[in-house]
Amino acid sequence: MNYFELFGLIPQFSIDSTKLETNFREIQSSSHPDRFVTCTSAEKLQSMQTATFANSAYLTLKSPALRAAYLLGLQGIDAIHETNTNMPHDFLMQQMEWREAMDDAKHAKDVVALENLLAEMQTEAKQLQENLAELFDTKQNFLVATEETRKLIFIDKVCADIHKIIEHLDV
Amino acid sequence: MAYSDKVLDHYENPRNVGSLDKNDPNVGTGMVGAPACGDVMKLMIKVNDAGIIEDAKFKTYGCGSAIASSSLVTEWLKGRTIDQAYAIKNSEIAEELALPPVKIHCSVLAEDAIKAAVADIKAKQAAKQAA
Repeated sequence: MNYFELFGLIPQFSIDSTKLETNFREIQSSSHPDRFVTCTSAEKLQSMQTATFANSAYLTLKSPALRAAYLLGLQGIDAIHETNTNMPHDFLMQQMEWREAMDDAKHAKDVVALENLLAEMQTEAKQLQENLAELFDTKQNFLVATEETRKLIFIDKVCADIHKIIEHLDV
Repeated sequence: MAYSDKVLDHYENPRNVGSLDKNDPNVGTGMVGAPACGDVMKLMIKVNDAGIIEDAKFKTYGCGSAIASSSLVTEWLKGRTIDQAYAIKNSEIAEELALPPVKIHCSVLAEDAIKAAVADIKAKQAAKQAA
């Protein structure tokens, strides 16, 4: 069973997020350890495995970048293959500039600049997600989808780093 | 995960950080990235008329192993010909820095950055000869 099947979702980029939430909560409560206190150890193990699988499935499908990478995986494409270091030059230049701006703002303890940078990257991420919805669900263009997915993974990484810096500066 | 002493040394005192003039016809630039970790690496080499690398600079955003790999190769590149540079293998970098298996991809990134920089300088030279 794949992650989409687990939650009764259509395997595409645009998903019914309400259904994802509802079905995840349901699996979570039906496989909760408290329900298996009086059961055999085999049943306990089974429920624990179901809960773990559902948890990974939920986290993967909830994140647009991970969902896109998972969809590519279903097509036999490894989007984040470690030995593939070839990315569009302009995109890498942009990454460098964002990273530099992030470092400058971090050293200046400039939370406003960090939040502006975050907003800029989130706009970029939103655009990529719109592209991905079209590439996966309408055009079935997995080659271009792979490139866009790799970009989105990069952007998510920088956003996560900026969040960490902001949290650190706030305390 | 513990870093080796060599990785720590390069990470704490990175060699040759910075940039060269990208518009200089004798400067080649290589840029590569790895989505898995979000690493970005820029390597620049300055080559003299005899085809020998006179200077090398890098800028890397990434983990300690990625920074150490790029710092190490800038040291190795100086004095080598571009063909010798092109022949550098990631396994040599990984061995020198004693990288654990999960960090081998950082050395792949450094090897690919060298290859990209050499390809760039060769393209510039070819354009110069054609002109």
